[in-house]
Amino acid sequence: MSEINREAVAHLAQLARIEMTAEELDKMAGELDVIVDSIKTVSEVAGDDVPATSHPIPLTNVFREDVPGQTLTNEQALSGAPDAEDGRFKVPAILDEE
Amino acid sequence: MNELITHSAAELAAKLAAKEVSAVEVVQAHLDRIAEVDGEVNAFLHVNTEEALAVATEVDTARAAGGAEAGRLHGLAGVPIAIKDLIVTIGQPTTAGSAMLRGWMSPYDATVIQKIRAAKMPMLGKTNLDEFAMGSSTEHSAYGPTRNPWDLDRIPGGSGGGSAAAVAAYEAPLALGTDTGGSIRQPAAVTGSVGVKPTYGGVSRYGAIAMASSLDQIGPVSRTVLDSALLHEVIGGHDPADSTSLTDPVGALAEAARTGNVAGMRIGVVRELQGEGYDAGVQQRFDESLELLRGAGAEIVEVSCPNFKYALGAYYLIMPSEASSNLAKFDGVRYGLRVLPEDAPLTIERVMGASRAAGFGDEVKRRIILGTYALSAGYYDAYYGSAQKVRTLVQRDFDAAFAQADVLISPTAPTTAFKLGEKLDDPLAMYLNDVATIPANLAGVPGISVPGGLAGGLPVGIQFLAPAREDARLYRAGAALEKLLEDKWGGPLLAQAPVLGGVK
Repeated sequence: MSEINREAVAHLAQLARIEMTAEELDKMAGELDVIVDSIKTVSEVAGDDVPATSHPIPLTNVFREDVPGQTLTNEQALSGAPDAEDGRFKVPAILDEE
Repeated sequence: MNELITHSAAELAAKLAAKEVSAVEVVQAHLDRIAEVDGEVNAFLHVNTEEALAVATEVDTARAAGGAEAGRLHGLAGVPIAIKDLIVTIGQPTTAGSAMLRGWMSPYDATVIQKIRAAKMPMLGKTNLDEFAMGSSTEHSAYGPTRNPWDLDRIPGGSGGGSAAAVAAYEAPLALGTDTGGSIRQPAAVTGSVGVKPTYGGVSRYGAIAMASSLDQIGPVSRTVLDSALLHEVIGGHDPADSTSLTDPVGALAEAARTGNVAGMRIGVVRELQGEGYDAGVQQRFDESLELLRGAGAEIVEVSCPNFKYALGAYYLIMPSEASSNLAKFDGVRYGLRVLPEDAPLTIERVMGASRAAGFGDEVKRRIILGTYALSAGYYDAYYGSAQKVRTLVQRDFDAAFAQADVLISPTAPTTAFKLGEKLDDPLAMYLNDVATIPANLAGVPGISVPGGLAGGLPVGIQFLAPAREDARLYRAGAALEKLLEDKWGGPLLAQAPVLGGVK
């Protein structure tokens, strides 16, 4: 069995900012347990001498000229916003007042 | 059914250039077909009627004017195309198959869309997919599943089931797909169409909504190998807006497809991508293709890639890890769904939690949680770190195999199309469908799926893989096999597909 249980999923869901019902947590814990069990062999395959590959085709230091490129206008950037005011994204309170 | 829609993109391009048909007629024939059969197939999430006809009119006007203006037209000008709804487009909604982006209008075009506009290829609309391209069946779309034109009770593959079904059902001659673990090639296999995952970085991803950035690749979907090559040449090439984009020239891909010759080519059969887990019918068609290729002068060699058996596991750590990070941007602030919690306190953190709960489907949530787990402190080295090492081992396997063979060959998917709903409650069984396509994404090498015949009345796909930057070899080998098989069948495989939408 893997370390994924209901409590772990609840914690992960909170980290990932996804609200989950008790039912969803139960279902997700069961499914993830099976998945993690099946893929954990990966951690036993490669030894310390094998370097990690993060990118399939090695590229280093991809720079561009330091000149302004095409950017979205303020109107375009806000065009899909759920809420906006004075040319800015408008969000609910950052801090809980209580 | 208007016979115009049965032509390949290359044939349509020739008819348009010869003024045998107008672009408006070609586009209208496809729009009519969509109206006729898409109620059954559900390949399209949006049909772009007005703009497609307007672009077709522009092409016809330019061609009628003659002279320099007609001369400047791209070879595929007026040939219509469908776009996977993971690729952003001005003027059409982009949903990624998610309720999170219902009705969202992108303020910019993806680079591949800019290129398609420049070539004056009318866009017929946006095609269905598994939500954020996460799935192998298109059942994880928030807008209902796409159905396989060969059997409407079966899956069209995924995530790009909409694009594959659209070309297989003659709703479009060409489509764009994206392939992170097989999302172009596996749908091609199960719908009897052609799909190509180019070398990583060979086609700009700017404007493709990212799932796993080190794996994602945009590529062509079509009914013939030559058509994919022609489309690949339109969309390929360097793009400064995508810093992972390769600076290499696109290469003579259509020429390779037209050559279509395997005489003297060393074709490596990957021992680990056959046998156990592969349907007997799939294996039979695969073995027959090998014999045909051998008969055409190819040298068939067996190669071993012992670390491929860990590729699926590594993929299901790397992909969710990167996806969990990429999808963090859907927070109900800048665009997409915002849901307010029903009770106080109304803080941004709770709005995010409620928005993501309502906006994401089950599979997306599963992968975000799995990725968050694999990246968390204490597990990072054991999971994400180890998976990246396996990636190195898979690359070394490819290097060794390509020292013995010019291209590799395998079945594209272990089974034919399964029934809708069959694997929906068993995520692991669903993941296993990608076992033959995933190694290419981990190593960044290109792959193609071409129709290999039928098993139990359903299409089987044959996959070729080539070394990075050698995409042309795929088109050469793929076109050769296509011709050998079509000579045997007496026509394309799709000619054997059942009739959709009543009278043919």
